[in-house]
Amino acid sequence: MTALLETRALSKSFGALRATRDVTFALEEGARHALIGPNGAGKTTFINLLTGVLAPSAGEVLFKGQDITQVEQAERVKLGIARTFQINRLFRGLSVLENVYMAIAERVGAAPNMVTPAGSRHDVIDEAMELLTRLKLADIAHKTIPELPYGRQRLVELAITLGLKPQVLLLDEPAAGVPSAESHIILDAIDALPKGIGVLIIDHDMDLVFRFAKKITVLVRGAVFAEGTPKQIGANPEVRAVYLGQAAHG
Amino acid sequence: MSIVPVNSDNPAAHALAVRHRFRWWEALPWLLALAFYFAFPRYLGFGTELLITILFAISLDLALGYAGIVTLGHAAFFGAGAYTVGMLAKQEIWTEPISGLVIAAAVAGAVGFASGLVLLRTTGLTLLMLTLCTMGLLEETANMAADVTGGFDGLDSLPIKPVFGIFEFNPLYPNTQYLYVLGVLLVSFVFVRMLVYSPFGHSLTGIRENTLRMHAVGAPVRMRLIVCYSISAAIAGIAGALWAQANAYVNLSVLGLDRAATVLIVLVLGGYGRLYGGIIGAIAYMVLSHFLSKAYPTAWQLGLGLLLMAIALFARGGILGMVDDLTRRFKERKAPGSGLP
Repeated sequence: MTALLETRALSKSFGALRATRDVTFALEEGARHALIGPNGAGKTTFINLLTGVLAPSAGEVLFKGQDITQVEQAERVKLGIARTFQINRLFRGLSVLENVYMAIAERVGAAPNMVTPAGSRHDVIDEAMELLTRLKLADIAHKTIPELPYGRQRLVELAITLGLKPQVLLLDEPAAGVPSAESHIILDAIDALPKGIGVLIIDHDMDLVFRFAKKITVLVRGAVFAEGTPKQIGANPEVRAVYLGQAAHG
Repeated sequence: MSIVPVNSDNPAAHALAVRHRFRWWEALPWLLALAFYFAFPRYLGFGTELLITILFAISLDLALGYAGIVTLGHAAFFGAGAYTVGMLAKQEIWTEPISGLVIAAAVAGAVGFASGLVLLRTTGLTLLMLTLCTMGLLEETANMAADVTGGFDGLDSLPIKPVFGIFEFNPLYPNTQYLYVLGVLLVSFVFVRMLVYSPFGHSLTGIRENTLRMHAVGAPVRMRLIVCYSISAAIAGIAGALWAQANAYVNLSVLGLDRAATVLIVLVLGGYGRLYGGIIGAIAYMVLSHFLSKAYPTAWQLGLGLLLMAIALFARGGILGMVDDLTRRFKERKAPGSGLP
């Protein structure tokens, strides 16, 4: 069976720094996969390579077996690869609804239309409201982003991405910076994601990772260090050593 | 047109579904412009200049206010339109005014498209300087190519045919000019209004608010910006063409930094990204400079400078931003508690 998203010997160097080294990785359909690793392990670089923000120095990226290494970021989104950001990237001056409208309008191809009013695309508004209702954001849909507490802003971050109806969802530290009293909203939303889509979550938060993931890949200094079920990874002494801050092997 | 908005029970969905509808007060500027025609027949030259400035400011608002393209060289397109009409008329190649506007829009739009292809790879200060350079290059070209552009002296006594073959342009009694410009402004305004409320316009505000996120939702950001910049340039070109036709001359002032800076001031004063900011800003700027220069012929620009400082420090949204703040406060006082989460 071909994986949904796959990399083969993927590498990225910034000058002398090898941020990603020979990463061969596969995300299966319906996967709940986590990517963990200490600070500076190259997790975000890896996401940027998967989404086409960065071009790799070597290796390839495949989507359903098709080579997409040269495909641009916007085109990859159209294929169904979407991400959230570690630091919120929202349309701050617009309402929550307008934020989500933006993504859905791009997906359904409404956005290039210059003639009919945005407000007359009832299908887009309806879909956005449905999504917001699902994420329990409907009652604050009229508010602009700065009016919301941080936890809700994180949820809008997720809502925009879900508006793209991705087949591959890359979540970059979805609960980062959210006070623990609010973090359950994010976790509930992640639990409620459609079963069929492949989800890759990047996080430090071990509680979140072990609750969510069926499979874990550990990245250390840009290379795959270990891979396995949460149980295997939790029992791996070398991984524990890395997380305790001791020198990795060799 | 939407009759029954869906999800009308939700305030956000309702607001989005009806925000493009015409409101009663939107007729006011046009009624006032018509009233001005009858009330101040001796000020129609001033009025024509004002209407052209409004059109120019609206074109800038589309690029700067909506798409967030920072430019200090928008007079390049105003000048391209003005010189197109001027040169075609002087050589007696094309003197019909309305089709002249179309040609001017096409030329200015093409200049916008060609420069946009290169410039819009950059952002911020680099973009600002490059727009300034583009305008400088055009200005110097117009200055050097004296055979066709008249060089420093420009081109005067342009033979422009009557509008619809009936209404003559009379430099002493600019009644025709005023109504002609008002008509073109109305058509252009309705077009821009349609554009900013469309999904395309919505995606432009998305690019302004967060360019990186627009890439991540799959929008072809650079192409959108280039299209927006070209349309904005074409409208600026129409404004320039109107200026050349109404005055029956062109000179280097249509391409200068002075004009580019003035229209920016107008937009900041009125409030950018608000559609009506250009109108309010142009009126405020032109009326103020008119009366200030009469009262203090030597130091009138000081007054404008102080006003701009006040706007920059205390009212970033310009005059319309202040009006918005006041109405919001008024509504909150009327319906206390509605603003709570």
